[in-house]
Amino acid sequence: MILVYINSENGISKASYEAITYANKLGDVVALSNGSLPNEELSSMGRYGATKVIVDRAVNGEDQQQLVRMIAEVAASENADTVVFVHDISGKAVAPMLSVRMNAGLVSGAISLPDDSGAIAVNVFSGKAIGNVKVNSASKIISLLPNSLPPEEVGENCSVEEVSTQAGEARIKVLSTKKPEGEIPLPEAELVVSAGRGLKGPENWGMVEELAEKLGAATACSRPVADIGWRPHHEHVGQTGVAIRPNLYIAIGISGAIQHLAGVNGSKVIVVVNTDPEAPFFKAADYGIIGDAFEVVPRLNQAIEKFKAS
Amino acid sequence: MNILVCISKAPDTTSKISFSDGNTKFDENGVQFVVNPYDEWYALVRALELKEAGGGQVTIINVGGVADDAIIRKALAIGADNAVRIDTEPKDAYNAALQIAAYAKENAFDLILTGKETINYNGSQLGGMLAEGLDLPFVSLATKLDVSGSTVTAEREIIGGVQVVEVEAPAVISCAKGMAEQRIPNMRGIMAARTKPLTVVPAKEIDDLTTFVSYEMPGEKSAVKMIDPESMDELVSLLHSEAKVI
Ligand SMILES: Cc1cc2nc3c(=O)[nH]c(=O)nc-3n(C[C@H](O)[C@H](O)[C@H](O)COP(=O)(O)OP(=O)(O)OC[C@H]3O[C@@H](n4cnc5c(N)ncnc54)[C@H](O)[C@@H]3O)c2cc1C
Ligand SMILES: Nc1ncnc2c1ncn2[C@@H]1O[C@H](COP(=O)(O)O)[C@@H](O)[C@H]1O
Repeated sequence: MILVYINSENGISKASYEAITYANKLGDVVALSNGSLPNEELSSMGRYGATKVIVDRAVNGEDQQQLVRMIAEVAASENADTVVFVHDISGKAVAPMLSVRMNAGLVSGAISLPDDSGAIAVNVFSGKAIGNVKVNSASKIISLLPNSLPPEEVGENCSVEEVSTQAGEARIKVLSTKKPEGEIPLPEAELVVSAGRGLKGPENWGMVEELAEKLGAATACSRPVADIGWRPHHEHVGQTGVAIRPNLYIAIGISGAIQHLAGVNGSKVIVVVNTDPEAPFFKAADYGIIGDAFEVVPRLNQAIEKFKAS
Repeated sequence: MNILVCISKAPDTTSKISFSDGNTKFDENGVQFVVNPYDEWYALVRALELKEAGGGQVTIINVGGVADDAIIRKALAIGADNAVRIDTEPKDAYNAALQIAAYAKENAFDLILTGKETINYNGSQLGGMLAEGLDLPFVSLATKLDVSGSTVTAEREIIGGVQVVEVEAPAVISCAKGMAEQRIPNMRGIMAARTKPLTVVPAKEIDDLTTFVSYEMPGEKSAVKMIDPESMDELVSLLHSEAKVI
């Protein structure tokens, strides 16, 4: 049996349905969550293959150690031999802890199903190579990188069972939480518009934000632009910033330094706008436009406007 | 505060990545190794700042072979007081984490810092494993860290935002960008590092729960399609009908 832990604090993300779909290809799936999301929403996981959803309403997940205890207890009572996580901020913290608690080998950031020998692919060396990992222990933990396989609807909503686990005391106290309203969080965005030093100054970002808004995309930037304060730090992508794998990454006035590429080269489609035909980013691009951002981006905005109207 | 900082060795980002022995081993020939940037820039520098403000000791710990001494000396040159190397080539994060946990159990630390992830295997695993191995609270992806008495305050990334949390020491914290600024070691630091204590301790018998069985290079990207800067309608139509992303 495969147990999938779903963090439903912000609702159920597309990546969660991907994890259920993935688990459904490995065996019978039970989904586990915590917190206050209504049953109607939790039961939607049945459509992607969960046979039931278990939820502990009393665990808020602020101390990840409580989640670990909750998951370990349910894994034992349901006889799960594999636990699947989404490799997001939550999964990245909880899966390693559970690995020690359950003595179960962890495949961190899986991008494939196990092959015939049981090996699972993960990105290594900042996406410059792929490594195939085998788990040696009887119990296994897999944390699945978002956007690695499309979610597949296979059935109906399922039942939700409320449980009460021995999650223990929280030792982490939350003093405050900030979630910017209306912005699309970068790590989960499917479309991203990003710009760099080629834009010359923070006052020129209007057209970039307009492009992002028209597409329903998140905005990102290169590191120097965040360092000099043209853009907020959380937008910085790359080796030392956020690593992202959206469906579409549009890079405007960014040279494509290796440290920048390290954070974005998992994107499905890359569009590059740059005045310099020799810019290294063109080698990583799917579509390239040699031109001045100040002419190309407004034209692109108009073209999208026209496309949406048609 | 008595702070332990976990540092690992990573190839410099500009290194060419290749594999030997039928694609089963990372080929270290000609690779320049550095201290993993998250460990050096954020965890180590913040530990030093906390020590400068409130006193205490900064110890760095590495699980690795003798070749790791070079990056350990670099971290000592930046300002750590002493270093420990657990003498084994770790095969997976679980093994390395439990080696460090065993050492930390015998030596009292108030705070244990790790980087957010290593830039070679990008696993983001060791911090959480270490916390659970020691049964300590774990604050992951901290972008700010402050200490007052035995109370540790940290800002951490959560899905869709940031959160300020408080925890009583001892605790394990994984460190991300924002926590501190890179420090370049000076000549005095480099000289001093030569005589700072580096203790080599034997490794414990611990299983590897995972094995990298082989490596491959990602498939070649198909050649870039150039589009006339005047024809943005064409780009939009390609993104819609060919790439199917909008
Ligand atoms: C250890 C280390 C870690 C790093 N980590 C990161 C990281 O995580 N993320 C990151 O981004 N960088 C990182 N860097 C920095 C990286 O090496 C590059 O310096 C940086 O990415 C360059 O940013 P940029 O492309 O915006 O600026 P530039 O390199 O200055 O490039 C600007 C580009 O804009 C083009 N341009 C100019 N005018 C126009 C115009 N009118 N229209 C269109 N194009 C125009 C130029 O041709 C040029 O290609 C790191 C560096 C180091 C050493
Ligand atoms: N061999 C090692 N020795 C000491 N610390 C390590 C080692 N490997 C990883 N770490 C620490 O654990 C963090 C996360 O590593 P990883 O789980 O490999 O992504 C790193 O940023 C280091 O702080």
